[in-house]
Amino acid sequence: MHMLTIDNLHARVEGKEILKGLSLTVKPGEVHAIMGPNGAGKSTLANVLSGRDGYEVTEGSVNFDGRDLLALEPEERAAVGMFLAFQYPVEIPGVNNTYFLRAALNAQRKFRGEEELDSMRFLKLVREKLKVMQISDDLLHRAVNEGFSGGEKKRNEIFQMAVLEPKLAILDETDSGLDIDALKQVAEGVNALRSPDRSFLIVTHYQRLLDYIEPDFVHVLAGGRIVESGDKSLALKLEEQGYAWLADTHPELRKADLAGAPA
Amino acid sequence: MSQAPSPFVRAALDAATAVPPSGIAWLDAARRENLESLAETGLPETRNESWKYTPLRALSQRAFSLADTGVANSLAVDPASYALPGVDGSRIVFVDGVFRADLSSLEGGEGVSLAPLGVALEAQPEPLRFALANRYRRGAADAFAHLNAALATDGVVLQIANGTDVARPVNVVHVSSGSQADTAWHVRVLVDVGQGSRVDVVEHFVSLGDAIQLGTVVADIVVREGATLGLVILQDASASTTLIRRNHVRVEAKAAATVHALELGGALVRHELTTELVGDGARFDSRGVFALSGRQHVDTQLEVRHNARDTTSDALWRGIADGRSRGVFRGAIVVAEGADGSDASLSNKNLLLSAQAEIDTKPELEIYADEVKAAHGATIGQLDERSLFYLRSRGIPLAQARSLLTLAFCRAALESLPNEALREHLGDLLVAHLPTGPSDALVTSAQ
Repeated sequence: MHMLTIDNLHARVEGKEILKGLSLTVKPGEVHAIMGPNGAGKSTLANVLSGRDGYEVTEGSVNFDGRDLLALEPEERAAVGMFLAFQYPVEIPGVNNTYFLRAALNAQRKFRGEEELDSMRFLKLVREKLKVMQISDDLLHRAVNEGFSGGEKKRNEIFQMAVLEPKLAILDETDSGLDIDALKQVAEGVNALRSPDRSFLIVTHYQRLLDYIEPDFVHVLAGGRIVESGDKSLALKLEEQGYAWLADTHPELRKADLAGAPA
Repeated sequence: MSQAPSPFVRAALDAATAVPPSGIAWLDAARRENLESLAETGLPETRNESWKYTPLRALSQRAFSLADTGVANSLAVDPASYALPGVDGSRIVFVDGVFRADLSSLEGGEGVSLAPLGVALEAQPEPLRFALANRYRRGAADAFAHLNAALATDGVVLQIANGTDVARPVNVVHVSSGSQADTAWHVRVLVDVGQGSRVDVVEHFVSLGDAIQLGTVVADIVVREGATLGLVILQDASASTTLIRRNHVRVEAKAAATVHALELGGALVRHELTTELVGDGARFDSRGVFALSGRQHVDTQLEVRHNARDTTSDALWRGIADGRSRGVFRGAIVVAEGADGSDASLSNKNLLLSAQAEIDTKPELEIYADEVKAAHGATIGQLDERSLFYLRSRGIPLAQARSLLTLAFCRAALESLPNEALREHLGDLLVAHLPTGPSDALVTSAQ
C-alpha cells in the first residue's frame, strides 16, 4: 500500500514547464530525500503537492492515501493528512499562534468528522508537544512567526507538524538559513515525529540535513524528473562529486540542468 | 439662492411646521434661523472638498417627514436589541429621536446628571442657550447641523460634576424603528465632563426594521481641565438607514479624551469627529474600524486641532470594504501657531476585499507651529495571498482564513479599549460582519 504515488507529473509556472514527467512512490513510514541542483523543480514539487496557486498541472496524477490529491483545496489536503513545512514561513501579525493552531486543528478535525477540541484539551495537547519539541511556551503567546528568528520559524513549523500529526510531511528546504545548532534542533524534532505510519518527503539542496535525519531513499531531481534513486549513500556521492556526473548516464540532461552543484 | 430647494430641503421645511413651539423665545428664533440657513445653503455638493467622495444627489431627491412621536412612544422595543456586555450604567434611550422614559434609567449616582433635553430645557433653559442658539450660526455650519438645530426637539444633556469618578459607563442609545418609512429623526447631545472627572460614554445605534430612515445626531462634548472621557461608538444600524453624525469634542488643559468607533451598518453614513485640544497638555486618542459590504457608503471625517502647547493626538483607523461598498476617510491634523511641543500621529490602513469596492483616504497635515512632531500615513491594500495560503495549508478553510486575517488587520484599533467585556463583544460583532468573499461558495460546495 502506497501513501503517495506521483505518476508522470508535469507542471508549469508562469507558462514555463518545470516538472516534466516526475514519478515517485512513498510508503507509510518511509523518509524520502529529494535533492537536486538549483532550478531543478524541488520547490515546485512541494508547492504543487500542497496546492499553492500559480502552479498548473498539465499532465499526470498524484494519489495520496487513496485520493486524487490534485482535486483537493489546500485546506482539504491538510485535513486528509498532508503538511508542508515552508521554506519561508509567513509572519502573520495580529493572529495569535495558539489561536491559529487551534483553529487549524479543529478545522481539520471538523473536516474529518471528528469532535473539535475545547481550549482546555487543546492546551493540554499543546503542552505535551512543546515538551517533546523542547520549545518554550512563550512562543504560544506571540503572533504567528512575527519577529521570530530564522531558527524559531523553522522550529515553529515542526511544532505545528507535531500538533497537527500529518500522515505525510513535506519539508521544503527546511535547512536553509539555519546554523548547525538550529539544524540539529529541527532534525531532533523531526526524528521525534517519525513513526511507522508517518512519511516524510525532505526537499533539500544540501546533504547536511541528512546527517541528522537519516533517509530511507534519496532521489535526484534534475530537469523536472527523478533521474537517479538510491539509498543514503547517493546523498554522500552528490556531496562529494556534485551533479555533473549525471550527464554521463543521462545524456538528455543539458549542462544547465546540472549547474547548481551542492556547496 | 436662485435654485429651487431640493425635495429633501422642501420636506424639511414642511416638517418644521409640525414642530411645536418650545415656549422659549430664543430657542424658537434659533430654530427658525437654522431653517432659513438650511433653505439658503441646501445640501452640500461634491464640489465642496469635504463632501467630494460622498455625493448627496440621491439623498437630496428624497423627502423625509418627521417621525411620528406617537408611534415612537408606543413602539414595543425589546431591551435585548440594544443591551451590551460591560455596559451597565445609566442609560438614555431614544426611539426615532423620541426620549423613552420607560426604556431609560437616568439615575447615575452622585455627580452625574443625565436628562433628556426637553426636561433640561423646562428646568433651566439659560445654561443651554449658547449651545442651542449660538453654536451653529449661519456660515459656520453645514446643512445637516442647521437641519438638526432646526428640528431636534429632544436630546441628551449629560453633566458630570467636578471631581466625579463615574464607575459605570453611561449608555446613549439611538434606536431607529425601521417601521416609519421615509421619516427622519434628530437628536442633540450635550456632554460636559467636569474638572478632574472621569466617565465612559457608550453611544449605540441600532435599527429594529428595514424601512428607509434618516437620523441626525449633533453632539457637543466638553472635557474640562484634568478630566478623562472614554467614548465608544457602536454603529450597527440597518442597511437602509442614513445617519449623519457630528461629534465635536473640546479638550481642556491636561484633560484626555479617547474615542473607539466601530462602524458596521447603515446605507449612507457620515461621521464628523472634530476635536479641539484647547488647553496645554490635552490629549486625544482615536481608534476606529469600518467594515462595509453590499452598497454601503460610510464616510468618516476626523479632524484634530492642536491649539495649545504640548498637546498630543494619536489616531489609528482601519477600513474594510467588500461588495460594491465605498469607504471614505479623511484624517486631518491641524497644529496652530504657538502650539509648540505638539505630538500628532495618524494612521489609516484599509483593505479592499472586492474589485468593485472603493476606499478613498486622505490624510491632511497643516502645521503652523515650529516645534512639532507629526506623523501620518494611509494605505489601501488587499489580503496577503501568502498569508492566506499559509493558513489554508494548515487546514483553515478559505472563508475562515480571510476572516482571520481581516480581523487581525482590525485588531490594533480595538485592542486598546479597556472595557474587556465590551471589547470582546465588539470583536465578535466585527467577526460576524466580516465579509467572506466570493470564492467561499466554491469551498463550501467542494466539501
